[in-house]
Amino acid sequence: MNAREIPTAIRNGETTAKEVLETYLEAIHNREEEIHAFNLVLEEEARNEAERIDTLTAEGENLGPLTGIPVAIKDNICTQGVPTTCSSKILDGWRPPYDATIIGRLREAGAVIVGKTNLDEFAMGASTENSAFGPTRNPLDTTRVPGGSSGGSAAAVAAGFAPLAIGSDTGGSIRQPAALCGVVGVKPTYGRVSRYGLVAFASSLDQIGPFAETVADAALLLEVISGHDPLDTTSIPEPPLDLSTALTQGVEGLRIGVIDELSGGAIEGISDDVLECLEDAVQALTSAGAIVERTSVPSTVYGLSAYYVIAPAEASSNLARYDGVRFGPRVDAKTTSEMMVATRTAGFGDEVKRRIMLGTYALSAGYYDAYYGKSQKVRTLIMNDFANAYKKYDLLLSPTAPTTAFPLGDKTEDPLQMYLQDICTISSNLAGHPAMSVPFGKGTDGLPVGIQVLASAMDEHTMFRAGAVLEASNQGKS
Amino acid sequence: MNERISRDDVAHVARLACLSLTNDELDSFTSQLADILEHAADLDALELEEIEPTAHPLPLANVLRDDEPGAVADREKFLASAPQVENNQFKVPPALGDPA
Amino acid sequence: MTDDILDGWETVIGLEVHAELATNTKLFSSARNVFGGEPNTNIDPVSLGLPGSLPVLNKKAVELAIRVGLALNCRVQRSVFARKNYFYPDMPKAYQISQFDLPINEGGWLELPDGRQIGIERAHLEEDTGKSSHVGGGGRIHEADYSLVDYNRAGVPLIEIVGAPDLRSADDAREYVSELRSILVAIGASDGKMEEGSMRVDCNVSVRPHGNQEFGTRCEVKNINSLRSLGRAIEYEARRQVDIITSGQKVEQQTRHWDEADGRTHTLRSKEEAFDYRYFSEPDLVPLDPSLEWIAEIQESQPPLPRQRRIDLAKAAEIEPTDAALIVQKDLDEFALSVIKKGADASRVLVHLANNLADGVGHLTVDAFATLIHLETNGDLSATQAKTVLADLVDKGGDPTQIAADHGFEAMDTSELDALIESIINENPDDWTAFVQGDAEERKKKSGFFVGQVMKVTKGQADGKVVNGILLRRAEN
Ligand SMILES: [Mg+2]
Ligand SMILES: [Zn+2]
Repeated sequence: MNAREIPTAIRNGETTAKEVLETYLEAIHNREEEIHAFNLVLEEEARNEAERIDTLTAEGENLGPLTGIPVAIKDNICTQGVPTTCSSKILDGWRPPYDATIIGRLREAGAVIVGKTNLDEFAMGASTENSAFGPTRNPLDTTRVPGGSSGGSAAAVAAGFAPLAIGSDTGGSIRQPAALCGVVGVKPTYGRVSRYGLVAFASSLDQIGPFAETVADAALLLEVISGHDPLDTTSIPEPPLDLSTALTQGVEGLRIGVIDELSGGAIEGISDDVLECLEDAVQALTSAGAIVERTSVPSTVYGLSAYYVIAPAEASSNLARYDGVRFGPRVDAKTTSEMMVATRTAGFGDEVKRRIMLGTYALSAGYYDAYYGKSQKVRTLIMNDFANAYKKYDLLLSPTAPTTAFPLGDKTEDPLQMYLQDICTISSNLAGHPAMSVPFGKGTDGLPVGIQVLASAMDEHTMFRAGAVLEASNQGKS
Repeated sequence: MNERISRDDVAHVARLACLSLTNDELDSFTSQLADILEHAADLDALELEEIEPTAHPLPLANVLRDDEPGAVADREKFLASAPQVENNQFKVPPALGDPA
Repeated sequence: MTDDILDGWETVIGLEVHAELATNTKLFSSARNVFGGEPNTNIDPVSLGLPGSLPVLNKKAVELAIRVGLALNCRVQRSVFARKNYFYPDMPKAYQISQFDLPINEGGWLELPDGRQIGIERAHLEEDTGKSSHVGGGGRIHEADYSLVDYNRAGVPLIEIVGAPDLRSADDAREYVSELRSILVAIGASDGKMEEGSMRVDCNVSVRPHGNQEFGTRCEVKNINSLRSLGRAIEYEARRQVDIITSGQKVEQQTRHWDEADGRTHTLRSKEEAFDYRYFSEPDLVPLDPSLEWIAEIQESQPPLPRQRRIDLAKAAEIEPTDAALIVQKDLDEFALSVIKKGADASRVLVHLANNLADGVGHLTVDAFATLIHLETNGDLSATQAKTVLADLVDKGGDPTQIAADHGFEAMDTSELDALIESIINENPDDWTAFVQGDAEERKKKSGFFVGQVMKVTKGQADGKVVNGILLRRAEN
């Protein structure tokens, strides 16, 4: 059953929220030990919630568009009274005294929260191997990574642990794992979804978004979590999205540009099988009536460098609050400053330390202009290039990730190689534009490939039109 | 092109970031950070003189809140997750030095 | 002092004043902004910097900041918030949200009561920190056993007003701060209470030989909690620096801490140890760009400022604006103007307001005060009697004439007084001759004698001015 069929089936009495939940809990019992998608499964809480939903539904109450749908939540989103760890020792045991805005929206819409999913510590990584609680494995091949940082959420959907999951995307952390796990993942326009209660990695880049098995289900979840939130200054003052018509509208007449630099052009390392899938996707969109051609977005080449200055710079500041004073574990010492150093040194993993150091350096006296200042200018170039491209095209297209899922341990020794996983996704974060990954075709290893559809700011609607067409075409093929 | 980051730079940055590194960590971080920063040197090829920096992708300005108090906090809820508490305050080892 | 070490030296002072803005809630969250209270009761996820919390800017704080900017003749402009990064347990997020290269107010001036203009470089918005108390070691920070942190104050809106190095003495500095405080209170931006920490002063001090144009190396002195310690700290610091220079050494640029107990400043850190704050624009907030309409609206609703109030009162009372300063500072100028408008003698009004109303006007009304002044200037009440009646009016209100009667302050019939004076003259003919024929000085001396004699007989109930008038009249006839 697709996610969007669940509420109707419950309302019609064909099934109950409890029954639906048990199916997914059984899948979790069967495979979670092997996959490790979750940091915490909220079995009891979910059962209670499902029962409550069933009681209310029986009383004739309409609980909303997610009635009885189990949803998995990335463990960097605050849930009141429920541990929220960011897969870091430094938040071990911390129970937020408040809910993230989207948690409230999900509950109001009738969702059942099944658990908190694993991630790269503080969302820093592309394989979910940088977790203090051990890596998540790709359900399609457990010798491979699920991608990251939202690897737990992507794996949860791919393994059938939950039909819907929430992730966060700072440089590709929803789209890349979606591609590697063969599910749909969406990074909305910056400001479309409230960040209140999302533990910050890089504030000007972070955005919460949905994972789902289908484009329609992703749309359903995005509709619920989108919309203005007065608690987030950077939340766009617009009502929630309505994507219903986008799913059936098709792409007839749309102009779509394939980003040359990311599709065998300037940037090396995009594998051939991925590029073949991209060609097939172009064919599919063309057959559906779109006008597709290659185009250049020259500054995307510099996105990675700018990103790996800006994101760590913001992170170095965002992660300064983990000092052992107000929350979380503490390593005691003789003075406050020694205590802070000891706590932070013991609490953060290597990748987090690396990025804190990188960001601190980029902001420090004497280096600001050379790194942070310069990267902000590159950000301007990227925004200008996108603006130019969207004068000619309704959408842009590229692979989501350079390769299919890679083996565990493959890139852990070389940070830069890991960073290159985000080469195709990063520019959308720098520009604040929406982008989604849709499974399309398979690599030579039989693992799924994701195609990235990019749109201009606020144009999720057109993006979902193309996403739906790609999905339909992909399903027609297999 | 900037000078390659040195071991001393890394040690200084660790101090600023409130982290302590072992000698081995200092070595490995120095070479890893140098690699990453070297990759960022591709930006040196760009002509950026005339370009305005962008700090944020949103075009919003003046997002303001009315000066209305929210509900009074349940202090216990916040103190519950503190590592150490005394007299309803957050307890820390002696804080030497003075803030800014 | 002639052998003062400071002779031949000029002290150059620039002040940074932090004032807490009088809002209901904090700068970036709806937690309450109130002084005192049980520890950690005015907190929320934002004030504690909990993971996932986000700041939302308080509109009232912005309005008050603009009010301050306009009152200090600044340019009110588009501004951006920045993070100032440093670790300290008081600072919940390990960064302070402040304004750096684009402050909301820039480039103004403040006029001292004597008419000198002191430059204002900027006045920007930022959030306050929490408060640590140090337990054990006699409360001294360096010997404490541990510290306790209360975050009630964390996130309270502050305006930081950075003055130009235009002040030249401890007195200048004190005058500047009290003028600034009067302005902040007048426009409702802050309660200006130094003793409660809602107004705090950091002070940059350097010295140079008189006549030198170049500035000396400055030291920043922190932890000044009153106008008195401001003056002491400046004097101490200036002497310390002159001492260093005259003994052939160089002043080191430092941040120093004023210790009220030993009356000295102590090194906190040198320039080399200065923090690297790694400022960058706050990505959780968007720029602040107040519209011209909003600024104009605020300007129109701005109450009269102390400077204008001094001018208005001086004009009405026919005095110098500097002499009106005290009344304005006491916020009694409006009251004074109303009483003067009723025809009361301005100089008597000001004398009473300046000297006899330490705790405010209480139950005193404009009408009662005007009546009292009339009684006094008519000679119905002596100055001493008027003061007594005034105290009662402040305490409980009432009718001045009735109160005077209740005290037995019956106004003397002048004919009665005239008869009394005649008999005193007859008893002291030599003194009278001296009074009539003497020069101004002699006459003054003798008038003192006669007034004294009258007071003795009347037990202080006669009005000295009236007695003098009678003596003069008799001497001239
Ligand atoms: Mg300052
Ligand atoms: Zn300040």
